[in-house]
Amino acid sequence: MLSKIVRTVANQLILFILVFGLYVIIHGHITPGGGFQGGAVIVSGVVMLLVAFSSQELKKSLRERVLSIVESSGAVIFIVLAFAGIGTVFFYNFLVGTPIFGRIPAPGPGPGDIWTGGVIPLMNFAVGLKVIAGLSAVVLAIALFSSGEEVEE
Amino acid sequence: MRQVTGLILLLVLVGSLVSGVLLIHPFGHPDASDMDDYIIENAQEETGSNNVVAAVLFDYRALDTLGEATILFTAVMGVLLLARTLKRKEESS
Amino acid sequence: MEHIPLDFPFLAAALLVGVSFYIIIFKKNLIKLIMGIAMLAAGVNLFLVSLGYRAGGTAPIYTDVPEGPMVLSIPQALTLTSIVINVAVLALMLTMVIHIYRHTGSLDSEKSRKLKG
Repeated sequence: MLSKIVRTVANQLILFILVFGLYVIIHGHITPGGGFQGGAVIVSGVVMLLVAFSSQELKKSLRERVLSIVESSGAVIFIVLAFAGIGTVFFYNFLVGTPIFGRIPAPGPGPGDIWTGGVIPLMNFAVGLKVIAGLSAVVLAIALFSSGEEVEE
Repeated sequence: MRQVTGLILLLVLVGSLVSGVLLIHPFGHPDASDMDDYIIENAQEETGSNNVVAAVLFDYRALDTLGEATILFTAVMGVLLLARTLKRKEESS
Repeated sequence: MEHIPLDFPFLAAALLVGVSFYIIIFKKNLIKLIMGIAMLAAGVNLFLVSLGYRAGGTAPIYTDVPEGPMVLSIPQALTLTSIVINVAVLALMLTMVIHIYRHTGSLDSEKSRKLKG
């Protein structure tokens, strides 16, 4: 555990990193970005928390069971969205034209609209959940494994 | 003996790499781009997104993204299985 | 940045792959081998992205884009997949190196070749 200044600054900075990561994930169909890139940004914030507080402290907040459930639900949402358009083909974009996410932007360059894209923003969200939970669990497991033995599981 | 074999192998590999790189199309003028031209022109009306790379990743080539999600899941499961810290029991039953 | 002479990005990717081949053939430390594999992945990703460049092109995104032709979009999607897979494989390799170090006590790849417990 590092000094009090580092802990206080990390507590304040994690909020901005979380907001920026969610911005990159949600606007994945308008600006460069998407599920994988936004997930990597949020995981770097979790690594900053792991360095500022020790891994024993972080183990009490990020339990392994919650991370496993979040990652599995991300994968299940991705596969359910793939099977939902099975009437035409597998992975059919069935939300183009419907009022949920289905506006079509004006052709050519222009400002983007967030209610476009069809099934792409929902898939971005599912992949973002999967990347955040998976990589956080990997980083936490390696930090716990290489610091001490004979710890309670 | 091992050094000489390694050196010959390295020279053969690097030579084939450099000569192969000089034989493809010059940098900046790709020659076979019919599929990419079709995707760039029709991505906005067919998928409805402004980002052509996201449309390629999640609509035109979504099976590759499914395979990549599976690989990520398998690797995370493998790391969590190998990096386990167990409590040693005092008496074995 | 329209005219890059002499195919520099292709030669840089070939140089990265060549240096990583040298590391994998001649070095014995396990951590150096892992660094060589990461350098191989970086060289392949650079080669994949620079295959789809058009001279004077812009990013393939329609939101507030300047004038000009667009670069090819399929190699960029393939590079994204390749980066994620390389991160996952690298994490698995590092965990196995920690196990080998705990079991044999040294990071030499010559000492961990025998198959006895």
